[in-house]
Amino acid sequence: MTHNELPLFYVFHVYFFGLVAMISAVCFVTRRSPVAAALWLVNTMFCLAALYVLLDAQFIGVMQVLVYAGAIMVVFLFVIMLLNLGHPSELDDARGIWWKLAAGGIGLAMLSQVLVLTKARLPESLVLPEGAIAEQIAKSGAIAPLAGPLFRDYLLAFEVTSVLLLAAIVGAVVLGKRKERGHAA
Amino acid sequence: MPIFDLSHPADLTAALFPDLLLMGGAMVLLLWAVWRRESAAHQRTIGLASIWLCVATLGAVLYMLFHQGHVTDGPIAADSFRFMVDVIVLLGTIAALALGIDDNDRMGTTTAETHVLMLLASSGMMLMAAARDLMIVFLGIELMSVSIYALAGLNRRSVRGAEGALKYFLLGAFSTAILLYGIALVYGATGTTGLYEIHQRVVELQLGSSPLLLIGMALLLVGFGFKVSSVPFHMWAPDVYDGSPNPVTAYMAATVKTAAFAAFLRVWLEAFNAEIGTWHRAVAMLAIATMVVGNTIGLLQRNVKRMLAYSSIAHAGFLLVAVAAGSMQGASAMLFYLLAYTLATFGAFAVIVVLSRGDAPVTTEDLSGLWTERPWLAVAMAVYMLALLGFPVFGGIGFFAKWYVLKAALQAEEPQIALAVTLVLTTVVSAGYYLYVIMVMFMRPRPANSEAVTPTPGWTRFVMVATAAAILILGIFPDQTVRYVVRGTPRLGAYVPPVKTAPARQAALTH
Repeated sequence: MTHNELPLFYVFHVYFFGLVAMISAVCFVTRRSPVAAALWLVNTMFCLAALYVLLDAQFIGVMQVLVYAGAIMVVFLFVIMLLNLGHPSELDDARGIWWKLAAGGIGLAMLSQVLVLTKARLPESLVLPEGAIAEQIAKSGAIAPLAGPLFRDYLLAFEVTSVLLLAAIVGAVVLGKRKERGHAA
Repeated sequence: MPIFDLSHPADLTAALFPDLLLMGGAMVLLLWAVWRRESAAHQRTIGLASIWLCVATLGAVLYMLFHQGHVTDGPIAADSFRFMVDVIVLLGTIAALALGIDDNDRMGTTTAETHVLMLLASSGMMLMAAARDLMIVFLGIELMSVSIYALAGLNRRSVRGAEGALKYFLLGAFSTAILLYGIALVYGATGTTGLYEIHQRVVELQLGSSPLLLIGMALLLVGFGFKVSSVPFHMWAPDVYDGSPNPVTAYMAATVKTAAFAAFLRVWLEAFNAEIGTWHRAVAMLAIATMVVGNTIGLLQRNVKRMLAYSSIAHAGFLLVAVAAGSMQGASAMLFYLLAYTLATFGAFAVIVVLSRGDAPVTTEDLSGLWTERPWLAVAMAVYMLALLGFPVFGGIGFFAKWYVLKAALQAEEPQIALAVTLVLTTVVSAGYYLYVIMVMFMRPRPANSEAVTPTPGWTRFVMVATAAAILILGIFPDQTVRYVVRGTPRLGAYVPPVKTAPARQAALTH
C-alpha cells in the first residue's frame, strides 16, 4: 500500500501524532525538572497509543494508555514526589557537553538506520493480504486474535514473564531491606 | 526415548522438568525465607536448602541428559547441549551459594531471600540454555539480569558497591534495549522468533541481504557483546566485579558468562547458520579485540578482583574464538572451556573470600608471602591461576580447554589462523599477571604489618578442595572428559522433524 491510496485523514493523523510523539520525546530528555520530563513522557505514550489505533491495533493502544500512560507513569510521579526529587535546582546536570554530543551522534545513527530500514521490502509471503486484520477484527473482535497465540503458542513466554516479575519484586525487597552490620552469629 | 510434542502443555512441562523444579523450589524457599524472623541461623538454613535444591535439579538434569527424548520444533530444545550447560550452571550456583553462606557469616550483608534470588537467576540461565525462540532467550536473559542487578547491589554500605550496581543496571538496561530492538528487527525480517524457523525462512526466502535482518543481527551481536562483556562493550565489568560481594562476583564472572555464551552460540548457530559469511568477520574482530585488550589491561591491575575481571574479559575473547569457528567442534570446545573456566574462577574467588577483610579490596600485597603463612591456600590459588592461564599438567584441564579451542579454530571449515595466533600470543601475555600472583605468593616475604589470615570457613574449603581436585583430576583424563562433553553438542544443529506437520504458529500466519 502506498501513501497515495490511503485517505488523507489517515495520513494526516499518522504524521500529526508521529510528530507530536517525537517532539515530546525530545522535550522528555531535555527537561531538567523530573516532573516535567515525566509529563512529556506521558504525552509521548499517548501519541504512540494513537498510532497503534491507526495501525488497527486498538487493544494495544488501549493497553498503552492504561498501563504505561496510566499506571506506570502515576507510580513514577509518586516516586519522584515521595523522594522529593521534584526540584530541578537540587539536581546537578551530570550530562557534560561530550555526553550530549555522543547522545546526538547515537541519535543520528539510529535515524540513518531507520532511513535504511524504510528501504527494506518484506518478502511477499510474509505480508498479510490487504484488509486481513480488519476482517479478523470484524469476525472475532480485537482481543480474541491476541489471546489465542498468547495462551497457546506463547504460553511458555507468558508464564516465564510472571517469574520475571517475581524476581524483580524479590530483588526490590532484598535491596530495600535494611540490615545492620554484625548481625551474624 | 520419549517424544515431546511441545504444542501440548503436558509435554512442554515434562521437557522443562528440571527448570520447573528449580523455579518451583525457589518459590517454596522464598515462602520459607520470609516465614521466619530474620536471623543468621535461618539464613544459613535457607542457604543449605538452596544448595540441596540445586543438587536435586542437577540430578534431574543428569537424568534428562541420559534419557533425553526427541522434541518437536518449539520454544525450547531438549538436546545434550542444553543439559551440559545446565550442569555447568548448577555447579556454579552450588559453589556461589556455598561461598555466599560463608561470606555472609563474615560480612553480614545479605538476607535470606538473597539465596532465593540466586536460584531465580539460575533458572533464568537454564532457560537461556534451553531457549530455541528469541522470546525465551530474551526472557531468560532478563530473569537472570534482573536478579543479578539486585545481587550486585547487596553491599549497600559500600560506595564502590553502589556505583558498580548502578552502572551494571544502567548499562544492562541499555544493552537489553539494543538486544530487544535486534530481536524485533529479526522478527520483522523473517516473521518468526523461532530460531530454526528463522533459519528456514532466511534460506527459503533468500533474506541474506535484507537490511532488516542485517541490522537486526548487528544489534543482537552488540546486545550479546554486552552480556558476555566483550571489548568494546566491557566497560561495566571491572567496576561491577570490584564492587559486588565476592560470591556474586564469582557467579557473574563464571556462571552468567556460561549462560550468555550458551544462548549466544545457539542463536548464532541455529538461527543465523546460513549467514555465517556475514557475521563471522564481526565475531572474529570482537574476539581479537577482547583477547588483546583484556589481557594487556589485566597486566596493570594490582587489585586481585579487578585483575580477575580483566581476566574474565580476556576469557570471553577466547570463548568468542570458539563461537567464530562456527562449527559443532567449536561448540563442544566452548562447553569444555566453560567447565574449566567455571571451576578455576570459583576456586580463585574462594581464596578471595578467605583473604578479604571488610570492604577493602584484596590486592597482590595481601597475597605476598602467603606460602609462608597458609601453604595450602597458596598452593590452591596457584592451581587456579595456572588453570586460568592454561598451563600444562599443573593447570589441569585449563590447558586442554585452551587446546581444544585452538584445535576448533584451526580445524574449522575456514581455518582461523589469525584467531589462533592471537589466542596463543595473548595467552603468553596473560602469564604476566597470572604468574605474577604465584610469584608474589611464593617468593615475596610476608609484610611485617600484615594481619593474620583468618581460618578458612568450612563451605569455602569445600569449594576450594572440590574445584582444585576437579581441575587436576579431570586434567589427567582430558580425553574421557572431552568425549563426555562432546556428547553435548552433535544434536545442536540436528532437528527432529515435527510430529505434527503444521505447528499452530505457521497456521496462524498463513490465514
